[in-house]
Amino acid sequence: MKQSFYGGVHPHDRKEATNRLAVVPLSTAPKQVVIPMAMHVGAPCKPLVSPGDTVRVGQKIAEIAGLGAPIHASVSGTVAAVEPRPYTGGGKVLSVVIDNDFRNTPGSSLTPHADPLALSPEEIVEIVKEAGITGMGGAGFPTHVKISSGLGKVDTMILNGAECEPYITADHRLMLEQGEKVIGGARILMKALGLQTGWIGIEANKMDAVDHLKSLVGDKADITVEPLKTRYPQGAEKQLIQRITGREIPPGGLPAHVGCAVFNVGTAAAVYDAVVEGRPLTERIVTVTGDSIANPKNLLVPLGTSFQHLIDEAGGFKADPDRVLTGGPMMGIAQYNLAVPVIKGTNAVLCLTPQEAAPEDKAHTCLRCARCVNVCPMHLTPVYMHLYAEKNRWSEVEDLRVMDCIECGSCNYICPARIPLVQSFRTAKFEIRGLAAKQKAKEAAKA
Amino acid sequence: MSDEKTLRLKVASSPHVASPIDTRNLMRDVIIALVPALVMAIVFFGFRALISTVISAAACVFFEWAYRKIMKKTSTIGDLSAVITGILLAFVCPVTLPYWVLIIGDFFAIVVVKQLFGGLGKNFLNPALGARAFLMLCYPVPMTTWALPGWGNSAPLTMSVGQAYIDAATGATPLSADFMHNGLLPNVSLGDMFVGNIGGTIGEISALMLLIGGIYLIARGVIRIRIPAAFIATVAVLTLIFPLGGNNNFQWMLYEVLGGGLFLGAFFMATDYVTSPVTKRGELIYGIGCGLLTVFIRYFGGYPEGVSYAILLMNICVWLIDKYAKPNRYGVTAEMRKAEKEQAKAAKGGDGK
Repeated sequence: MKQSFYGGVHPHDRKEATNRLAVVPLSTAPKQVVIPMAMHVGAPCKPLVSPGDTVRVGQKIAEIAGLGAPIHASVSGTVAAVEPRPYTGGGKVLSVVIDNDFRNTPGSSLTPHADPLALSPEEIVEIVKEAGITGMGGAGFPTHVKISSGLGKVDTMILNGAECEPYITADHRLMLEQGEKVIGGARILMKALGLQTGWIGIEANKMDAVDHLKSLVGDKADITVEPLKTRYPQGAEKQLIQRITGREIPPGGLPAHVGCAVFNVGTAAAVYDAVVEGRPLTERIVTVTGDSIANPKNLLVPLGTSFQHLIDEAGGFKADPDRVLTGGPMMGIAQYNLAVPVIKGTNAVLCLTPQEAAPEDKAHTCLRCARCVNVCPMHLTPVYMHLYAEKNRWSEVEDLRVMDCIECGSCNYICPARIPLVQSFRTAKFEIRGLAAKQKAKEAAKA
Repeated sequence: MSDEKTLRLKVASSPHVASPIDTRNLMRDVIIALVPALVMAIVFFGFRALISTVISAAACVFFEWAYRKIMKKTSTIGDLSAVITGILLAFVCPVTLPYWVLIIGDFFAIVVVKQLFGGLGKNFLNPALGARAFLMLCYPVPMTTWALPGWGNSAPLTMSVGQAYIDAATGATPLSADFMHNGLLPNVSLGDMFVGNIGGTIGEISALMLLIGGIYLIARGVIRIRIPAAFIATVAVLTLIFPLGGNNNFQWMLYEVLGGGLFLGAFFMATDYVTSPVTKRGELIYGIGCGLLTVFIRYFGGYPEGVSYAILLMNICVWLIDKYAKPNRYGVTAEMRKAEKEQAKAAKGGDGK
């Protein structure tokens, strides 16, 4: 099978624990949900409720303040607090805490549209915005902004069903069980972007999903369901675009620069829910897995449910975890507190045992074996970037284009000397941004 | 607020999983790949080949351990790289070389070439080849006295330098001055050259066994095919086009490719991670450079064999090659690169005026 991006790695996908398990709702609803005001790229939202207010499922509880998407209550009940709470991004962020009344009183203000394709692009964008939809693959870019900024510039729409991170099966199960919504959502997005055709890219380790979606597209053939070689990071936006269209996004650019718009398959399903069923984004599928988990599961989870609750739903820990991640093992963020909530971009709660996790032995000397160079999908030379970063020579690291690094972790994964390359590059980026800001401030002071 | 209980969660930077292959695995694979060639050396040169190799490896490990100990640095013998250096140095020396000369070479390889520059990963010359060059300067006669292969005349296990010429049946290698240097084909069959029934250093004689080891390393993903392929192909093409002494082009090419240390150098020395380029393009340039220099030294140089000096000369160019053979930047098309270059040119021209 053709692989048209350079490099990449092939870790064991470990999806067998959950890829045949249907998505199930929580057996016990959470007593309380904690809904952070920052679940997306951009500025945190402004809460519209205060402690003591009653809220209903789907009721808007926070409004956009800058770039962002509104936020809705995921359960009905009473607002217990509006205060900073720990969240998956690290640290604390202003959150709306809701005590669940277990009644699930509906309160969405969106109207269902039986014929979504009769809507104008502007109407679709407005519904997507009001439904609070953000990218559900992890990064969380507000979807309405992606559509409206791409209008007229985009000639190719791609749904990302690659799910190239090991362990995670949330998108896989979604495509199998709610394929109609994915295809329906894809057609709505195509309509919004003014396109007649679209693509869905799926890694070849999910051929059942490929076949299922192909059969759903049927004779209309407006959407090409493309099996992709199973190679991490096939699902990274740049690499997916490169694979499907052969185009490379210029440095610092966005997919729209090469006429592409990429949406996660979960995002497409959420768009369908919003437009056709009038439901804002208040729940998502989360894979709870890892060797520490007693009964790995794919769960349908109201946003704001704590990681601890999900772990309990999955039978708790059968072995003490070494670390608990939000997301996959290649790019996921390690959590220190299990009270953190599920947000719009949480696709997995991954509990790794010490045996599964990267060994913690001290880094050896770099051999210059060049494995990092050979796997880098961004054509970088991690070996030299790290050499300079170690010596704090940031301008040289910048010259080696560390800012192009997508932090996919391929180099770090493959390194036989176990050098924490990604960490080194994150530090370098941070320092380089800091220096640039300082320079700017200096120039501003001069002027 | 949280129910962490006594759970201690580790917070580390992503990625949270690692490939099972580590430095030690890689080094072990290289050692495994060198075994077939060693077996052939024992077959043709006797057990002295094995003993030389073991002594050399042990001496390298000892010097590495002792240097790190004396300099109060962490021990690095566990990475097995010293073992490889020891084996390779024995492989590029004649079987008749006295053990003590070999041990001096091991000292030079580990302490001078490798550790003084910072140890594994920091040396800019291949340690085994650096030591070979040193021994060639200091002990030219024993370093160029070749035992002839065959059970009957295998080298005795103990001997002094003087004895080497008397006791062991010695002779010229197919690549020594008498033969190919002057455009004469050696009086051994191509089959013997391929299998290794020829004179030469311990490890270089059997192209077949080295090829098996090389293919093993490529199949295991330890080395990439680019350097050895470019190296051997360059030698093959040049010797095919320009045979010496009016020989048949194809025959001459085969003798050149199978003779000397080309396979040992191409698969095991030029591919040394530490002293070879890291980029795809760099590897090709480096391989071609090694091939060109090998042929130049064989054709025009004073030494009978050019592989080791060719690799050493290319070793010192690695930094430069890496600097200029970087991969194309992602997202920058050929047109964009051209436009950028022209812009830079225009800006430069403007400044000049």
